[in-house]
Amino acid sequence: MLPKQCLGLLWYPGKVVNIPSELKYTKSHEWVKIEGDTAVIGITDHAQSELGDVVFVDLPSPGRIVQAEESFGTVESVKTVSDLYAPIAGEVLEVNDMLGAQSELVNSDPYGNGWLLKIKIADGTSLDGLLSAEGYEASLDN
Amino acid sequence: MADTPSIPLLTTPLTEEHIALGARMVGFAGYSMPVQYQSVIAESKAVREGAGMFDVSHMARLILTGDKVLEYLEWITSNDVSKLTDGKGQYSLLPNSQGGTVDDIIVYRITENEFRMVVNASNHAKDVSHITNLNTFAVEIQDVTNETAMIAVQGPKAKEVLAKMSDQPETISLADLFDVVHCKIAEIECFAPCSGYTGEDGFELICASDKAASLWKALLGAGVAPCGLGSRDVLRVEAGLPLYGHELDDDRSPLEAGLGWVISKTKSFVGSEPINQVRAEGAKTKLVGVQLEGKRLPLAGMEVRVDGKAVGVISSGIYSPLLEKGAAFAFVASETKLGVSCVVEMRGKEEPGTLVNKRFFKRA
Repeated sequence: MLPKQCLGLLWYPGKVVNIPSELKYTKSHEWVKIEGDTAVIGITDHAQSELGDVVFVDLPSPGRIVQAEESFGTVESVKTVSDLYAPIAGEVLEVNDMLGAQSELVNSDPYGNGWLLKIKIADGTSLDGLLSAEGYEASLDN
Repeated sequence: MADTPSIPLLTTPLTEEHIALGARMVGFAGYSMPVQYQSVIAESKAVREGAGMFDVSHMARLILTGDKVLEYLEWITSNDVSKLTDGKGQYSLLPNSQGGTVDDIIVYRITENEFRMVVNASNHAKDVSHITNLNTFAVEIQDVTNETAMIAVQGPKAKEVLAKMSDQPETISLADLFDVVHCKIAEIECFAPCSGYTGEDGFELICASDKAASLWKALLGAGVAPCGLGSRDVLRVEAGLPLYGHELDDDRSPLEAGLGWVISKTKSFVGSEPINQVRAEGAKTKLVGVQLEGKRLPLAGMEVRVDGKAVGVISSGIYSPLLEKGAAFAFVASETKLGVSCVVEMRGKEEPGTLVNKRFFKRA
């Protein structure tokens, strides 16, 4: 049995990777939440777990137009630097300012307060290329 | 550290324990090793604030015996082995004849005729071959890596925890750096040098491989936090300690890495002539710390500039939970002064920082 509290370190038992069914996903581990013509984008629980503690997030400025699959920023963790890819095309409306001071939100709440940015979905954009939760889960097994 | 995916990774006597704890396992020096259990930052803090433990069984352990073992070690290692007394260890180097470094090592004197050596996992085969080739002293070299395991217990509370678990609490509590204690921890026979790779107090417990899992579990039960290679790298950079392959290698003089203090000025040894020549002429570069203003992760190979001019290259980089900033080692031109502002070229952006002493962390 694991001790609940180690000296100086809170110990939590390993948790199962969370893949909310209401979101869409990419193979490059971004999630997308469609709200009308706006898409909220973040990285998945699996991605944050793979990256380890996130210490810095580099995001584009509002107003920038991104193309689908374009690299638009980076997530830097204690172990590695990982590129972020736009799941769909559009204009950046807002980035999550909280991440400047609290990049760990990407780890602790990847689908909530750890969101990365919101984009205005470009007209005529098809969402067909995005994965469902089941599709994304299946992609993790490969 | 080339990982060869086609060859199955080696395991340590603790591999199953790591997997049971949910560790993320990676290939390192041919072994499957835990890089983290939950969080590199939390594990680093556990070692700075309490007590953490690392499976370092992948490091190679050698026993050297013979009438001329002292003479042999004086010849093949850089530090003054004659200064060691029974039950004392020292950090040292295996230099090559060109004045580069085969490996950085720890040498322990058990008795006049018996010494032990701990060397890096990544250099295990190279070291054994190197020291065997130099063995014209009829020294018996016994490789006990597979029969033993090694757990480094580190942190301000490490001694206290180990003393409580030991049959020799007083010896543990009073041990100085590099003292070797022979004791039982949780009823398990340990060869326990008071040393480590984190800048913290602590011991490196060497025990029989079939007892390692019991020792690990006993330490867990005592509240010692399991820590992976990720936090080990963070802690050693914070403590200003070099890593072979980053700050030391076959071609670079160890004087550039600031290791003159473990290189004898009085004895003759393998590589002493070229090393003394560098010492007399001055090394071309020196190893410094780079403290960044931001949190971005500096990586080996990134360029360091002062006043728009390239002065050096990063050899190791971390996010430091202690400083809450990026921190790195860089080899810079010898004339470069500490305390000056610099920038590090990071993925197309110049990140500001300061050149500092490489010991970011000093134990109080």
